[in-house]
Amino acid sequence: MLAHYFPIFVFTILAFVVGIAAIRLGGLVRPSHPDRVKLSPYECGLKPIHDLPHRNTVPFYLLSMLFLLFDVEILFFFPWVLFFERSSINGFASMLLFMFILFVGYLYAWKKGALEWRH
Amino acid sequence: MPDSREVTLNFGPQHPATHGVLRLVLVLDGEYVKDTKLYYGYLHRGMEKLAESRTYDQIIPMVDRLDYLAAMSNGLGYVLAVEKMMDLEIPPRAQYLRILATEMSRIASHLLWLAAFAIDLGAITPIMYCFREREILMDIFEEVSGARLTYNYMRIGGVKADFSEKALTSIREFVKIFPGKMKDYETLLNTNPVFVARTKNVGIISARDAVNFGLSGPCLRGSGVKFDLRKNEPYAGYENFSFDVPTGAIGDVYDRYLVRMEEMRQSNRILEQALDKLPAGEILTSDPRVYRPPKDHALDNVESLIQYCYIAMEGIRVPAGECYTRIEAPKGELGFYIVSDGSAKPYRMYIRPPSFINLDIVPKLAEGRLVADLVSILGSIDIVLGEVDK
Amino acid sequence: MIATIMKTVLMVNILLVVIAYITWAERKILGRMQIRHGPMRVGWHGLLQPIADGVKLATKELIVPTGADSLLFLIAPVITLVFALVPFAVIPFAGAPVWQITDVNIGLLFILAASSLGMYGIVIGGWSSNSKYSLMGALRSVAQMISYEVPLILALIGPVMLSGSFSMSKMVAAQEQAGYWFIFLQPLAFVVFLISGVAETNRVPFDMVEAEGELVCGFHTEYSGMAFSVFFLAEYANMILISAIATLCFLGGWQRPFPTVGFLSFLDVVPEIVWFSLKIGFFLFLYIWLRATLPRIRYDQLMYLGWKMLLPVVLLNIFLVGLFKFYSIPLLIYYLITFFTTVGCVAWCSKHFYE
Repeated sequence: MLAHYFPIFVFTILAFVVGIAAIRLGGLVRPSHPDRVKLSPYECGLKPIHDLPHRNTVPFYLLSMLFLLFDVEILFFFPWVLFFERSSINGFASMLLFMFILFVGYLYAWKKGALEWRH
Repeated sequence: MPDSREVTLNFGPQHPATHGVLRLVLVLDGEYVKDTKLYYGYLHRGMEKLAESRTYDQIIPMVDRLDYLAAMSNGLGYVLAVEKMMDLEIPPRAQYLRILATEMSRIASHLLWLAAFAIDLGAITPIMYCFREREILMDIFEEVSGARLTYNYMRIGGVKADFSEKALTSIREFVKIFPGKMKDYETLLNTNPVFVARTKNVGIISARDAVNFGLSGPCLRGSGVKFDLRKNEPYAGYENFSFDVPTGAIGDVYDRYLVRMEEMRQSNRILEQALDKLPAGEILTSDPRVYRPPKDHALDNVESLIQYCYIAMEGIRVPAGECYTRIEAPKGELGFYIVSDGSAKPYRMYIRPPSFINLDIVPKLAEGRLVADLVSILGSIDIVLGEVDK
Repeated sequence: MIATIMKTVLMVNILLVVIAYITWAERKILGRMQIRHGPMRVGWHGLLQPIADGVKLATKELIVPTGADSLLFLIAPVITLVFALVPFAVIPFAGAPVWQITDVNIGLLFILAASSLGMYGIVIGGWSSNSKYSLMGALRSVAQMISYEVPLILALIGPVMLSGSFSMSKMVAAQEQAGYWFIFLQPLAFVVFLISGVAETNRVPFDMVEAEGELVCGFHTEYSGMAFSVFFLAEYANMILISAIATLCFLGGWQRPFPTVGFLSFLDVVPEIVWFSLKIGFFLFLYIWLRATLPRIRYDQLMYLGWKMLLPVVLLNIFLVGLFKFYSIPLLIYYLITFFTTVGCVAWCSKHFYE
């Protein structure tokens, strides 16, 4: 069983090697003449006015919470979906119930304005 | 400010969406714009001051560099001011040629606006189609004036050169094909849900605001104010043409887009009529105060030679006084205020560049919107930095 | 073991060459759509252009801006590339096992997991650049991910319901056995998958992460030279990946068109890998076509699109598949039902999109 995953392991290593080699090997041919202006972060040709903020407003904070919830709920789909082909209508009905509850929660979140951006 | 959520960000001068070297300093909360400050002057050349040390003739090529996308309109606005002060009669053919030139200029300017606006929104194809048609216009301009961008075509008392038969044929062809090409752009944009979503209900200017902020041109008409100097204060013979003044419904970005699209159609109509009615005759007034005889003529005839040298060396003397004229440039009301002390150089010249004044409403529109909306609003105002920075 | 490594090396190489020529094809097709020629100078019709581009990028200075976290800054593109390439390990390119590196029984899950990890590269790259525009791009990519990921996974649940396996080769086998491609049974899921797939690859109209008109270049504003090109490779690898998943899950993988129609059996002489490539090519063309046609969507609009439109639509799709399974509706009638539902949903969504 695990033997199936060995090629993936090899592939990952190879992909890493390709990526790192692409960046490192370029160092053999590319020039390097850094200076202060060239190295300054891009801000439309002027000196940055302030440093990066330490905190950032995320107007979709509530939505990302919902996203986590939904992602977890999708997990419940996975085992069910594998047996869907072999299951009876009861299996489908119970999943439908689950989906219905999910959908009601979703509608509630929508009506409560959780899908809107908070600003 | 380590604990503040706000970011102060330079947006421009080197930014793809600022159409040149406009600089905005944005105070952002996340990606919401809390405050916008406009900084001008990266392209400032001191046009108004420069004008004081040039003769009236020498100013014509200079004003071409104001709104370099519609140089014909700038030239017309300026010469109209001088002609008004001198009270000159313009031959009818010259009038028509001026209208042909400025209306083509309007189409060219709007086409470039459309191309740049679409690019700002991320649609990369319309620019190619717009430039295909703009190229025809540029070729016509090259044919009649010798230049493709800054034409130096208007003259005090007329125009520099007559339209050749070749140029007229090209315009005729252009007028015929252009409405069909307009459909190309509209299929790409009008019914495109993403485009509509990015422009509808964004940057709404109420009619009241539009008037209070002194907006003009498509930005004013997009808000539903039916004010077009070509209709309200006809100049250069616009009273002889029939065309409609399109207005928008609510004044959002989409309305300004529609207004400009319709204006191109109307300009096309004006071109059509001007071609049909184009009278024969002189293209430059023979008023001795401004008339400069053709060079070969001047070499044969002593009076002509004296006249030629007089105008060339002394310049055109404009009677003392002051005047303000305004025309409907593609971007709005372009005004020239000239004070003359009777010499061959203006004592003072003031330029009212439309996009400089239209730009003032951007901070108000952008407040509380996303950066993406700011880009769309800025695009819909149609600025050109040569004019904003003078 | 040796064979596996050889196959892996071959696969990565082929992918890189294919990506290089997709960039060429993209420029050519975009050129044609925009009444111009595209690259013409380097080689016949610009065929050597990708090589010239590669040389140019390799010889360009790599700039790490001051204040940037240089380790993270340089590792970020590699992360994106790795997670764009790794899923290809489980993608079958044709019927025989030799055309697949490994056939794991959770293939689809693995692909979803790996390809969503690629987003980390973008976030890390944008964050470690110490540039405001990059940071905004990185934040946008988070926003983007939380808006399309749920519909994307739910759209793929549909095909899995009918095939009963997460293995990609079994997915095609199920379509072979059933005699119809899943696109006909669930066009809704297909459309949703296409939209969220484009969002996953950060391509137009969902390229808010780069958004040159707004954020200059978004998360890779500070990247130059090879580091930039690694991001670039990853983007195109992702495009192929999404096209491959769409082909395998909805278009019957390497099967010829109309696999059950007998008199078309002469089409069988065309090798399976060719059919597979043609289908992938179709999707890649679609990507380029979208790029030529659509403006950029605003990123709150993508979120509304994902949550308020795509999500209910995919749930509807799962419901419809269940109906099909348990109430033996004739195939033709079911086709019609799903077809009209899809047309209705698309029409409704595009009408209410800007409200």
